[in-house]
Amino acid sequence: MRCLIFISVLLLVGVCQAVERDYQLKPQQVAEDTYVLIGHDEHFSFSNGGNIVNTGFIVTEAGVVVIDSGPSRLYGEQLKAAIARVTDKPVVKLFITHMHPDHFLGNQAFEDLPIGALKKTQGGIRLLGETFNDNLYRLVGSWMKGTRVVAPNLQVEPGLEEIGGHRLQLIALKGHTGADLVILDQTSGVLFAGDLVFYGRTPTTPHARLDEWQAALQQLQKLDFKVLVPGHGPPVTSEVAISQTSAYLNWLQTYLTEQAGSGAAMAELLQPEAPQHLRELAVFSEEYTRSLSHLYPALEAAALAEGKVEQQQ
Amino acid sequence: MRYRIYCLLFLLLARPLDLFAAESPADPLNSVMWHEMHQRLLDGAPVVFDERVRVSAPAVAEDSLNLPLWIDATALGEVERLLVFAELNPIPKVLDMQPLKAAPRIGLRIKVQQATPVRAAALTADGVWHLGGVLVDAAGGGCTAPSMGSGSSDWADRLGEVTARLWSRENHSRLRASIVHPMDTGLVAGIPAFYLEQLEIRASGGDLISRLALFEPIAENPVLTLDLPKVKQLTMAGRDNNGNPVEAQISESSQTGSNRL
Repeated sequence: MRCLIFISVLLLVGVCQAVERDYQLKPQQVAEDTYVLIGHDEHFSFSNGGNIVNTGFIVTEAGVVVIDSGPSRLYGEQLKAAIARVTDKPVVKLFITHMHPDHFLGNQAFEDLPIGALKKTQGGIRLLGETFNDNLYRLVGSWMKGTRVVAPNLQVEPGLEEIGGHRLQLIALKGHTGADLVILDQTSGVLFAGDLVFYGRTPTTPHARLDEWQAALQQLQKLDFKVLVPGHGPPVTSEVAISQTSAYLNWLQTYLTEQAGSGAAMAELLQPEAPQHLRELAVFSEEYTRSLSHLYPALEAAALAEGKVEQQQ
Repeated sequence: MRYRIYCLLFLLLARPLDLFAAESPADPLNSVMWHEMHQRLLDGAPVVFDERVRVSAPAVAEDSLNLPLWIDATALGEVERLLVFAELNPIPKVLDMQPLKAAPRIGLRIKVQQATPVRAAALTADGVWHLGGVLVDAAGGGCTAPSMGSGSSDWADRLGEVTARLWSRENHSRLRASIVHPMDTGLVAGIPAFYLEQLEIRASGGDLISRLALFEPIAENPVLTLDLPKVKQLTMAGRDNNGNPVEAQISESSQTGSNRL
């Protein structure tokens, strides 16, 4: 009897391992020919497998253009399968908006295609890609199985590119990282804003320059779009997501600068005073705490430099 | 037969637990290293876990080389020593402070090698250590990564240089000081331990205000935050483990900025 139980447990374990994990990707149409796969408003976890990000694709007459490939090999493959459920046309090109792992670690599924990114994004992925990959294994576990870094193989220059009847305006900005690619499809009016815009979810800052980011948001305000697809959070038809991102970054900058100026130690600021509408953003507390680590050292150094010290060595 | 085996197992498991329980109260953080730390760092002296000793740290270390801590034992009143340690670090001891005239609280940043309990122990005059602490998750590797300074060219010229500012607050003066130092742990092959070891803060007349012993896990270019009795000017002096001195005179700036508390 015991032997039987033992064997059935073994079998069960075997069956569980054989089942592929499923991101349940469901393309949502946001405009003619244009689809978005919306990620969870969460942090990386074992349960969401890193699917916290938006990816998208445009079905053109010449084939499918994909924007960002997701957090893992598995996501990339399932994204490809989800596209095949919508259209028979082959994928012809992939654009990567920036160097963060949730946006490019699905590249393996598109390895034989042109994968375009800005020059600094290519460099950043070559330099930090493996570190990101290791870190995501730690955060989401077996969803990452078999994932390796495929750096974008095509350098994107800003300007107009027409693919299968869609006029794509490629815009090079920076601020969230050192290079943020924004794609405005002038034909459909859909703006793929990458992580320069977050909506309903707290922005992340590991490679951010807040002044450059704010300048980039002002550029985005001027664009003529019908639908904006943020890097994280649901697509919107107004500029509300841009102003929300700007309001959060503005608060973050102001609050941390003031605290540094009045002499606060970093770990005294773990429970910040923030307006209610910002506190309500998803994962506010986690992302604010990460941003404190990213941004406070430079602000505090500037504040300390105003002190009066005589070295006596 | 099986009953007897269970009884035996129970006894085997329960005995040592019982023995420990008699020695010290149960650890709220349930750390495997707690008894070892109690013997090694606190000489097995009487301890209580006490909520009045507060350790503030992020739940997850975003940067394993720079985990910010705010340690506050002011609620205890007079504190003779304030000890900070990260239990699962290869070098657990972080700081040993004699607050003396300073408030028993301090802000600093440390390196962590992996997820670890971070604790503060405050010794009161009755010989009892009061313990507070938190668990911090981390990707880790902070103690076995070379310092950034070792890779840049000017750290040696600026070794021991102090950048600091003194703020006047309602009932005390706040000192924040940043000192150029690689704070190498000695755990990286070919880079010996090289760290700031002692700092003393004195009033301009020479009276000792507070004394700190620093250890390897403190982050590179330490940034310390201390609350002192009202003071317009002070000296901060000390040395590293190679005998290199640190000495600076710090005065309250005439204009302390627009953001005074």
